[in-house]
Amino acid sequence: MTMTVHVDIVSAEKEIFSGLAEMVFAPAELGEVGISPRHAPLISRLKPGEVRVKVSDKDIYSFYVSGGMLEIQPHLITILADTAIRAKDIDEAAAIEAKTRAEEALADKSGRIDFVTAQTQLQQAVMQLRTLDRLRKRGG
Amino acid sequence: MAVGKEIRTKIGSIKNTQKITRAMEMVAASKMRKTKEKMLATRPYSKKIGQIIKHLAQANPEYKHSFLVERQVKRVGIIVISSDRGLCGGLNSNLFRKTLTQVIQWDKENIEIDICTIGTKAFGFFGNLKANLVGQVSKLGDTPHQHDIVGIIKIMLDAYEQGRIDELHVISNEFVNTMTQKPTIEKLLPVVASELEPDLKGHWDYIYEPDAKEVLDHLLTRYVESIVYQGLVENNACEQAARMVAMKSASDNAGNIISELQLVYNKARQAAITQEISEIVAGAAAV
Repeated sequence: MTMTVHVDIVSAEKEIFSGLAEMVFAPAELGEVGISPRHAPLISRLKPGEVRVKVSDKDIYSFYVSGGMLEIQPHLITILADTAIRAKDIDEAAAIEAKTRAEEALADKSGRIDFVTAQTQLQQAVMQLRTLDRLRKRGG
Repeated sequence: MAVGKEIRTKIGSIKNTQKITRAMEMVAASKMRKTKEKMLATRPYSKKIGQIIKHLAQANPEYKHSFLVERQVKRVGIIVISSDRGLCGGLNSNLFRKTLTQVIQWDKENIEIDICTIGTKAFGFFGNLKANLVGQVSKLGDTPHQHDIVGIIKIMLDAYEQGRIDELHVISNEFVNTMTQKPTIEKLLPVVASELEPDLKGHWDYIYEPDAKEVLDHLLTRYVESIVYQGLVENNACEQAARMVAMKSASDNAGNIISELQLVYNKARQAAITQEISEIVAGAAAV
């Protein structure tokens, strides 16, 4: 039997996923990490991106997070997402709109808009779209 | 017939009051359902972050964050969460009484106090007491957002970091069930290890990405924010529940008074009729 680890994903609004998994992939600050059971304790911040939970070879759940925290204990993985929505729920139109708005803000060099804020918004929108793309290719 | 006109007006006015309290009861009931849902929805997050913090307190980090170190207590900061509106029974006054008991105890130990308030009721109460108010936020409505309370939390965290306060407590009502709300005082900072979990014993530390200071700063700030936010959401649910119960008993009381007055009115009316009849009979007999 393959080893499993307990995974909890919660956002400020609700509990999103709770259960056993064989492996978890998360967009940590220094690059994506893949976590197997009995990983060493680790705490990291998350970047906007996709969290994938591999429950079995056939079952892979994917969630979008716009940042948050990741805690790893050998037998417990906790992801505190700032906003985690099921990737299927992402409203593509809203994401595209947010992206254009961010790009406009970036192009507007008048300096009124906070550059960093705009960049984060752009990154979030791009990641949402990429998650959607991947889901679609998988035939979801 | 001019019998008991005053009584009839009185009954009428009490009936109007009853209509109002009954409407408020129903509004509170439906609002309670919503706020309770919100409270339950945010609970997992604050529970999980609490758990992580507990793990963290048991680790042996190289970098000791100031939020994890106990100091001699000379001054404490408290965040009091109250409702914005009244007419919710003893909810706020119970909370303030509990706060005052604790404050008096601190006073005896010569510990000074800084207060931040959430909600107009707490602001009014502690403002009147000439307490040392360092920040307040109110009128957050039924669906408060996390960014509404970031300001006062920052005040407290900065004060803690600069050593102006040595402990941070949050005081709010805990939602036990619709009939019971319990005022509670919770110590947020410093975070200390409570009972050890068996599988976490031994000398170990986390791997931090990107580095310990940044991650811990972020995590501990989020922790305080989420606990205070949870307190706020929970207090909202408490407020609606308490108001519902208070308004229900007000409606019931109004009903009792109305039936008593009705009895008095009926008696007076009957007496007047009897008197009139006996007058007529007496008149007829005289003829």
